[in-house]
Amino acid sequence: MPEMYIARSSAIAARMLAGEMMVMNSMDSTFFTLNEVATAIWQAADGSTPLREIVEQRICPEFDVGSEQAQADAEEFVRELSQHGILLVSDRPLRDPALSDPLAPGER
Amino acid sequence: MTPAANPYACVVEIGGVPISLRTDDAQFRDLLCRRYGGFLSSSPAEFELDFDLTSPARSSDEDVRVRRDGPEWLLERGDFRARWDPRNGRGTVRQNLNPYSLDSVLRIVHSLILAERGGFLLHAASAICDQHAVVFSGVSGAGKTTLTRLAPPYVTLLTDEISYVRPAGAGYSAFGTPFAGELARPGENCAAPVAALFFLEKGPENRVDELPPSEAMRRLMRNILFFAEDRELVERLLATACEFVSRVPVRRLTFFPDPRVWDHVRQWQEVGIHA
Repeated sequence: MPEMYIARSSAIAARMLAGEMMVMNSMDSTFFTLNEVATAIWQAADGSTPLREIVEQRICPEFDVGSEQAQADAEEFVRELSQHGILLVSDRPLRDPALSDPLAPGER
Repeated sequence: MTPAANPYACVVEIGGVPISLRTDDAQFRDLLCRRYGGFLSSSPAEFELDFDLTSPARSSDEDVRVRRDGPEWLLERGDFRARWDPRNGRGTVRQNLNPYSLDSVLRIVHSLILAERGGFLLHAASAICDQHAVVFSGVSGAGKTTLTRLAPPYVTLLTDEISYVRPAGAGYSAFGTPFAGELARPGENCAAPVAALFFLEKGPENRVDELPPSEAMRRLMRNILFFAEDRELVERLLATACEFVSRVPVRRLTFFPDPRVWDHVRQWQEVGIHA
Protein backbone atom coordinates (compact mmCIF):
# COMPACT_ATOMS: atom_id res chain seq x y z
CA MET A 1 0.00 0.00 0.00
CA PRO A 2 1.47 3.41 -0.91
CA GLU A 3 2.35 5.86 1.84
CA MET A 4 -0.01 8.74 2.54
CA TYR A 5 1.54 12.16 3.12
CA ILE A 6 -0.51 14.99 4.55
CA ALA A 7 0.00 18.76 4.82
CA ARG A 8 -2.04 21.60 6.23
CA SER A 9 -3.63 23.75 3.54
CA SER A 10 -2.36 27.31 3.36
CA ALA A 11 -5.97 28.55 3.08
CA ILE A 12 -6.70 27.48 6.64
CA ALA A 13 -6.72 29.44 9.86
CA ALA A 14 -6.45 27.43 13.07
CA ARG A 15 -6.47 28.18 16.77
CA MET A 16 -6.39 26.16 19.99
CA LEU A 17 -9.16 26.78 22.50
CA ALA A 18 -9.70 24.76 25.66
CA GLY A 19 -7.65 21.87 24.31
CA GLU A 20 -9.44 21.66 20.97
CA MET A 21 -8.30 22.92 17.60
CA MET A 22 -10.65 25.36 15.86
CA VAL A 23 -10.13 25.26 12.10
CA MET A 24 -11.63 27.56 9.50
CA ASN A 25 -11.30 27.47 5.74
CA SER A 26 -10.87 31.01 4.40
CA MET A 27 -12.17 30.01 0.97
CA ASP A 28 -15.66 28.94 2.02
CA SER A 29 -15.78 29.86 5.73
CA THR A 30 -16.47 26.25 6.79
CA PHE A 31 -15.61 25.76 10.44
CA PHE A 32 -14.49 22.60 12.22
CA THR A 33 -13.41 21.66 15.70
CA LEU A 34 -10.90 18.84 15.99
CA ASN A 35 -10.76 16.45 18.93
CA GLU A 36 -7.48 15.57 20.63
CA VAL A 37 -6.50 12.79 18.23
CA ALA A 38 -7.42 14.82 15.16
CA THR A 39 -5.50 17.77 16.60
CA ALA A 40 -2.38 15.63 17.04
CA ILE A 41 -2.62 14.48 13.41
CA TRP A 42 -3.21 18.07 12.26
CA GLN A 43 -0.17 19.31 14.14
CA ALA A 44 2.01 16.54 12.71
CA ALA A 45 0.83 17.13 9.12
CA ASP A 46 4.09 18.58 7.82
CA GLY A 47 3.86 17.12 4.31
CA SER A 48 6.95 14.99 4.75
CA THR A 49 6.06 12.50 7.50
CA PRO A 50 3.93 9.56 6.27
CA LEU A 51 0.55 9.19 8.01
CA ARG A 52 1.55 5.67 9.05
CA GLU A 53 4.53 7.06 10.93
CA ILE A 54 2.42 9.79 12.58
CA VAL A 55 -0.03 7.15 13.78
CA GLU A 56 2.67 4.77 15.06
CA GLN A 57 4.87 7.35 16.71
CA ARG A 58 2.34 9.86 18.03
CA ILE A 59 -1.22 8.56 18.07
CA CYS A 60 -0.77 5.00 19.34
CA PRO A 61 1.50 5.76 22.31
CA GLU A 62 -0.20 9.03 23.22
CA PHE A 63 -3.79 7.77 23.09
CA ASP A 64 -3.22 4.11 23.90
CA VAL A 65 -4.92 2.66 20.80
CA GLY A 66 -4.05 -0.28 18.55
CA SER A 67 -2.24 0.62 15.34
CA GLU A 68 -4.75 -1.01 12.98
CA GLN A 69 -7.76 0.81 14.42
CA ALA A 70 -5.81 4.06 14.78
CA GLN A 71 -4.63 3.88 11.15
CA ALA A 72 -8.19 3.28 9.88
CA ASP A 73 -9.58 6.16 11.97
CA ALA A 74 -6.76 8.46 10.88
CA GLU A 75 -7.34 7.66 7.19
CA GLU A 76 -11.04 8.37 7.55
CA PHE A 77 -10.33 11.67 9.30
CA VAL A 78 -7.79 12.65 6.63
CA ARG A 79 -10.24 11.81 3.85
CA GLU A 80 -12.94 13.97 5.42
CA LEU A 81 -10.70 16.97 5.97
CA SER A 82 -9.18 16.68 2.50
CA GLN A 83 -12.68 16.78 1.00
CA HIS A 84 -13.10 20.17 2.66
CA GLY A 85 -9.70 21.38 1.44
CA ILE A 86 -8.30 21.52 4.96
CA LEU A 87 -5.62 18.86 4.50
CA LEU A 88 -3.67 18.16 1.34
CA VAL A 89 -3.01 14.46 0.64
CA SER A 90 -0.50 12.81 -1.65
CA ASP A 91 1.29 9.48 -2.10
CA ARG A 92 4.63 11.31 -2.13
CA PRO A 93 6.05 14.03 0.15
CA LEU A 94 4.26 17.33 -0.37
CA ARG A 95 7.13 19.59 0.54
CA ASP A 96 10.68 19.68 1.70
CA PRO A 97 10.66 19.32 5.51
CA ALA A 98 12.90 22.37 5.70
CA LEU A 99 10.23 24.42 3.92
CA SER A 100 7.33 23.13 5.96
CA ASP A 101 5.04 25.82 7.42
CA PRO A 102 5.74 25.98 11.14
CA LEU A 103 2.75 25.93 13.45
CA ALA A 104 1.69 29.41 14.53
CA PRO A 105 1.72 30.03 18.32
CA GLY A 106 -2.08 29.70 18.44
CA GLU A 107 -1.93 26.31 16.68
CA ARG A 108 0.25 24.56 19.26
CA MET B 1 -13.43 62.14 -6.01
CA THR B 2 -12.48 65.14 -3.83
CA PRO B 3 -14.19 66.90 -0.92
CA ALA B 4 -14.80 69.85 -3.25
CA ALA B 5 -16.71 67.57 -5.60
CA ASN B 6 -18.76 66.32 -2.64
CA PRO B 7 -19.74 69.40 -0.67
CA TYR B 8 -22.38 67.71 1.51
CA ALA B 9 -21.07 65.64 4.38
CA CYS B 10 -22.16 64.21 7.67
CA VAL B 11 -20.21 62.24 10.22
CA VAL B 12 -21.91 59.02 11.36
CA GLU B 13 -20.37 57.50 14.49
CA ILE B 14 -21.23 53.86 15.17
CA GLY B 15 -19.29 51.90 17.77
CA GLY B 16 -17.13 54.93 18.54
CA VAL B 17 -15.88 54.97 14.93
CA PRO B 18 -16.72 58.28 13.21
CA ILE B 19 -16.98 57.98 9.42
CA SER B 20 -17.57 61.01 7.20
CA LEU B 21 -20.13 60.25 4.46
CA ARG B 22 -19.80 62.72 1.59
CA THR B 23 -21.97 63.36 -1.42
CA ASP B 24 -22.75 66.02 -4.02
CA ASP B 25 -26.46 65.31 -3.69
CA ALA B 26 -28.38 67.30 -1.07
CA GLN B 27 -31.27 64.81 -1.19
CA PHE B 28 -28.90 61.95 -0.35
CA ARG B 29 -27.36 63.97 2.49
CA ASP B 30 -30.89 64.49 3.89
CA LEU B 31 -31.50 60.75 3.64
CA LEU B 32 -28.27 60.08 5.55
CA CYS B 33 -29.27 62.53 8.27
CA ARG B 34 -32.72 60.99 8.64
CA ARG B 35 -31.54 57.40 8.55
CA TYR B 36 -28.65 57.80 10.98
CA GLY B 37 -30.12 60.66 13.00
CA GLY B 38 -29.23 59.23 16.40
CA PHE B 39 -25.68 58.49 15.29
CA LEU B 40 -24.66 61.82 13.77
CA SER B 41 -21.52 63.12 15.41
CA SER B 42 -19.44 66.26 15.70
CA SER B 43 -16.26 64.21 16.28
CA PRO B 44 -13.48 64.54 13.69
CA ALA B 45 -13.89 61.73 11.16
CA GLU B 46 -11.40 58.86 11.38
CA PHE B 47 -12.56 57.51 8.02
CA GLU B 48 -14.16 58.91 4.86
CA LEU B 49 -16.53 57.50 2.29
CA ASP B 50 -17.38 59.41 -0.90
CA PHE B 51 -20.63 58.49 -2.61
CA ASP B 52 -21.17 58.60 -6.34
CA LEU B 53 -24.88 58.14 -7.02
CA THR B 54 -24.64 57.23 -10.68
CA SER B 55 -24.97 53.47 -10.29
CA PRO B 56 -27.99 51.98 -12.06
CA ALA B 57 -30.63 50.47 -9.78
CA ARG B 58 -30.00 46.75 -9.78
CA SER B 59 -31.06 43.90 -7.59
CA SER B 60 -29.69 43.63 -4.06
CA ASP B 61 -30.51 39.90 -4.04
CA GLU B 62 -27.08 38.89 -5.30
CA ASP B 63 -24.48 37.71 -2.81
CA VAL B 64 -22.06 40.34 -1.67
CA ARG B 65 -18.42 39.83 -2.65
CA VAL B 66 -15.56 41.36 -0.69
CA ARG B 67 -12.04 40.72 -1.94
CA ARG B 68 -8.62 42.28 -1.94
CA ASP B 69 -7.61 44.22 -5.02
CA GLY B 70 -3.98 45.11 -4.37
CA PRO B 71 -3.86 47.04 -1.11
CA GLU B 72 -7.56 47.95 -1.34
CA TRP B 73 -10.75 46.07 -0.64
CA LEU B 74 -13.31 45.75 -3.41
CA LEU B 75 -16.93 45.44 -2.22
CA GLU B 76 -19.49 44.39 -4.81
CA ARG B 77 -23.15 43.51 -5.04
CA GLY B 78 -25.70 44.08 -7.79
CA ASP B 79 -26.73 47.43 -6.31
CA PHE B 80 -23.32 48.82 -5.29
CA ARG B 81 -19.61 48.76 -6.02
CA ALA B 82 -17.20 50.22 -3.49
CA ARG B 83 -13.49 50.49 -2.86
CA TRP B 84 -11.98 50.76 0.58
CA ASP B 85 -8.35 51.60 1.26
CA PRO B 86 -7.41 50.59 4.82
CA ARG B 87 -4.06 52.42 4.52
CA ASN B 88 -5.63 55.87 4.50
CA GLY B 89 -9.12 55.00 5.75
CA ARG B 90 -10.84 56.27 2.62
CA GLY B 91 -13.27 54.72 0.23
CA THR B 92 -15.55 55.42 -2.69
CA VAL B 93 -19.02 53.98 -3.22
CA ARG B 94 -21.09 53.81 -6.40
CA GLN B 95 -24.74 53.15 -5.69
CA ASN B 96 -28.12 54.77 -6.18
CA LEU B 97 -30.31 56.42 -3.55
CA ASN B 98 -31.30 53.07 -2.06
CA PRO B 99 -30.77 53.23 1.74
CA TYR B 100 -30.38 49.44 1.96
CA SER B 101 -27.27 49.62 -0.24
CA LEU B 102 -25.94 52.28 2.08
CA ASP B 103 -26.56 50.12 5.16
CA SER B 104 -24.80 47.18 3.53
CA VAL B 105 -21.72 49.19 2.57
CA LEU B 106 -21.48 50.68 6.05
CA ARG B 107 -21.77 47.24 7.67
CA ILE B 108 -19.02 45.82 5.49
CA VAL B 109 -16.70 48.78 6.08
CA HIS B 110 -17.31 48.57 9.83
CA SER B 111 -16.68 44.81 9.78
CA LEU B 112 -13.31 45.42 8.07
CA ILE B 113 -12.38 48.18 10.52
CA LEU B 114 -13.49 46.06 13.48
CA ALA B 115 -11.53 43.03 12.28
CA GLU B 116 -8.35 45.13 12.57
CA ARG B 117 -9.34 46.15 16.10
CA GLY B 118 -10.27 42.77 17.51
CA GLY B 119 -14.04 43.26 17.30
CA PHE B 120 -16.91 42.06 15.13
CA LEU B 121 -20.47 42.64 13.99
CA LEU B 122 -22.83 39.89 15.03
CA HIS B 123 -26.29 38.81 13.87
CA ALA B 124 -27.73 39.50 17.28
CA ALA B 125 -30.00 41.70 19.29
CA SER B 126 -28.40 43.46 22.23
CA ALA B 127 -29.59 45.58 25.11
CA ILE B 128 -28.36 47.24 28.27
CA CYS B 129 -29.82 45.87 31.46
CA ASP B 130 -28.46 47.03 34.84
CA GLN B 131 -25.47 48.86 33.26
CA HIS B 132 -24.33 45.75 31.38
CA ALA B 133 -24.99 44.64 27.83
CA VAL B 134 -26.56 41.29 27.06
CA VAL B 135 -26.28 40.00 23.52
CA PHE B 136 -28.84 37.59 22.03
CA SER B 137 -27.88 35.72 18.89
CA GLY B 138 -29.33 32.83 16.95
CA VAL B 139 -30.55 31.66 13.60
CA SER B 140 -33.40 33.47 11.90
CA GLY B 141 -36.59 32.80 13.86
CA ALA B 142 -34.74 31.96 17.09
CA GLY B 143 -36.40 34.90 18.81
CA LYS B 144 -34.18 38.00 18.60
CA THR B 145 -36.99 40.33 17.63
CA THR B 146 -39.46 38.59 19.97
CA LEU B 147 -37.13 39.14 22.88
CA THR B 148 -36.62 42.82 22.07
CA ARG B 149 -40.39 43.33 21.77
CA LEU B 150 -40.77 41.86 25.26
CA ALA B 151 -38.13 44.17 26.76
CA PRO B 152 -39.37 46.03 29.85
CA PRO B 153 -38.84 49.81 30.25
CA TYR B 154 -35.66 49.44 32.31
CA VAL B 155 -33.93 47.86 29.30
CA THR B 156 -32.15 50.06 26.70
CA LEU B 157 -32.24 48.52 23.24
CA LEU B 158 -28.93 48.64 21.35
CA THR B 159 -30.19 46.78 18.27
CA ASP B 160 -32.63 44.05 17.31
CA GLU B 161 -30.52 42.94 14.34
CA ILE B 162 -26.78 43.69 14.21
CA SER B 163 -24.70 43.93 17.37
CA TYR B 164 -21.46 45.87 17.46
CA VAL B 165 -18.86 44.28 19.72
CA ARG B 166 -15.33 45.48 20.35
CA PRO B 167 -12.68 44.96 23.03
CA ALA B 168 -12.74 47.27 26.03
CA GLY B 169 -10.46 46.84 29.02
CA ALA B 170 -10.28 43.20 30.03
CA GLY B 171 -13.54 42.38 28.25
CA TYR B 172 -15.77 43.61 25.47
CA SER B 173 -18.33 46.35 24.99
CA ALA B 174 -21.50 46.29 22.90
CA PHE B 175 -22.54 49.48 21.12
CA GLY B 176 -25.89 50.56 19.74
CA THR B 177 -26.34 50.48 15.97
CA PRO B 178 -28.82 52.08 13.59
CA PHE B 179 -29.19 48.77 11.74
CA ALA B 180 -32.75 47.71 12.49
CA GLY B 181 -34.40 44.38 11.79
CA GLU B 182 -38.09 43.50 11.98
CA LEU B 183 -38.56 45.92 14.82
CA ALA B 184 -37.84 48.75 12.33
CA ARG B 185 -36.41 50.86 15.12
CA PRO B 186 -32.75 51.93 15.38
CA GLY B 187 -30.91 51.15 18.57
CA GLU B 188 -29.87 53.71 21.15
CA ASN B 189 -26.49 55.30 20.61
CA CYS B 190 -24.77 54.10 23.78
CA ALA B 191 -22.56 51.27 24.99
CA ALA B 192 -21.93 48.99 27.95
CA PRO B 193 -19.60 46.14 28.92
CA VAL B 194 -20.85 42.78 27.67
CA ALA B 195 -22.06 40.57 30.53
CA ALA B 196 -22.96 37.57 28.37
CA LEU B 197 -23.74 36.29 24.92
CA PHE B 198 -26.83 34.10 24.76
CA PHE B 199 -27.76 31.86 21.86
CA LEU B 200 -31.53 31.77 21.72
CA GLU B 201 -33.94 28.88 21.44
CA LYS B 202 -37.65 28.99 22.13
CA GLY B 203 -38.95 26.43 24.61
CA PRO B 204 -41.57 25.71 27.27
CA GLU B 205 -39.65 27.42 30.08
CA ASN B 206 -36.87 29.89 30.73
CA ARG B 207 -33.46 28.38 31.40
CA VAL B 208 -29.79 29.12 30.86
CA ASP B 209 -27.35 26.33 30.00
CA GLU B 210 -23.59 26.20 29.67
CA LEU B 211 -22.13 25.66 26.20
CA PRO B 212 -18.80 23.88 25.68
CA PRO B 213 -16.20 26.25 24.17
CA SER B 214 -16.21 24.39 20.84
CA GLU B 215 -19.99 24.72 20.55
CA ALA B 216 -19.84 28.37 21.61
CA MET B 217 -17.25 28.96 18.88
CA ARG B 218 -19.28 27.09 16.27
CA ARG B 219 -22.34 29.22 17.00
CA LEU B 220 -20.38 32.45 17.23
CA MET B 221 -18.59 31.89 13.91
CA ARG B 222 -21.91 31.09 12.24
CA ASN B 223 -23.35 34.45 13.28
CA ILE B 224 -20.45 36.87 12.86
CA LEU B 225 -20.92 39.11 9.83
CA PHE B 226 -17.97 38.30 7.71
CA PHE B 227 -17.62 38.80 4.01
CA ALA B 228 -14.04 38.57 2.85
CA GLU B 229 -12.40 35.51 1.34
CA ASP B 230 -9.04 36.31 2.82
CA ARG B 231 -6.83 34.11 4.95
CA GLU B 232 -5.23 36.91 6.93
CA LEU B 233 -8.62 38.29 7.90
CA VAL B 234 -10.01 34.83 8.69
CA GLU B 235 -7.04 34.22 10.99
CA ARG B 236 -7.67 37.48 12.79
CA LEU B 237 -11.38 36.74 13.11
CA LEU B 238 -10.76 33.25 14.47
CA ALA B 239 -8.32 34.66 17.04
CA THR B 240 -10.86 37.34 18.01
CA ALA B 241 -13.67 34.79 18.40
CA CYS B 242 -11.46 32.52 20.57
CA GLU B 243 -10.52 35.52 22.70
CA PHE B 244 -14.17 36.50 23.09
CA VAL B 245 -15.26 32.98 24.07
CA SER B 246 -12.49 32.74 26.64
CA ARG B 247 -13.39 36.09 28.24
CA VAL B 248 -17.18 36.40 28.01
CA PRO B 249 -19.77 33.89 29.27
CA VAL B 250 -21.48 32.30 26.26
CA ARG B 251 -24.66 30.41 27.11
CA ARG B 252 -27.78 28.90 25.58
CA LEU B 253 -30.94 30.74 26.62
CA THR B 254 -34.07 28.68 26.15
CA PHE B 255 -37.02 30.99 26.63
CA PHE B 256 -40.78 31.02 26.71
CA PRO B 257 -41.91 34.14 24.85
CA ASP B 258 -43.40 36.25 27.60
CA PRO B 259 -41.91 39.18 29.58
CA ARG B 260 -40.72 36.93 32.43
CA VAL B 261 -37.72 35.96 30.33
CA TRP B 262 -36.21 39.36 31.14
CA ASP B 263 -36.52 38.67 34.88
CA HIS B 264 -34.70 35.42 34.26
CA VAL B 265 -31.92 37.17 32.33
CA ARG B 266 -31.63 39.81 35.04
CA GLN B 267 -31.39 37.19 37.80
CA TRP B 268 -28.77 35.23 35.84
CA GLN B 269 -26.86 38.44 35.22
CA GLU B 270 -26.81 39.32 38.93
CA VAL B 271 -25.41 35.92 39.83
CA GLY B 272 -23.05 35.82 36.84
CA ILE B 273 -21.57 39.27 37.29
CA HIS B 274 -21.04 38.94 41.01
CA ALA B 275 -19.86 35.31 40.93
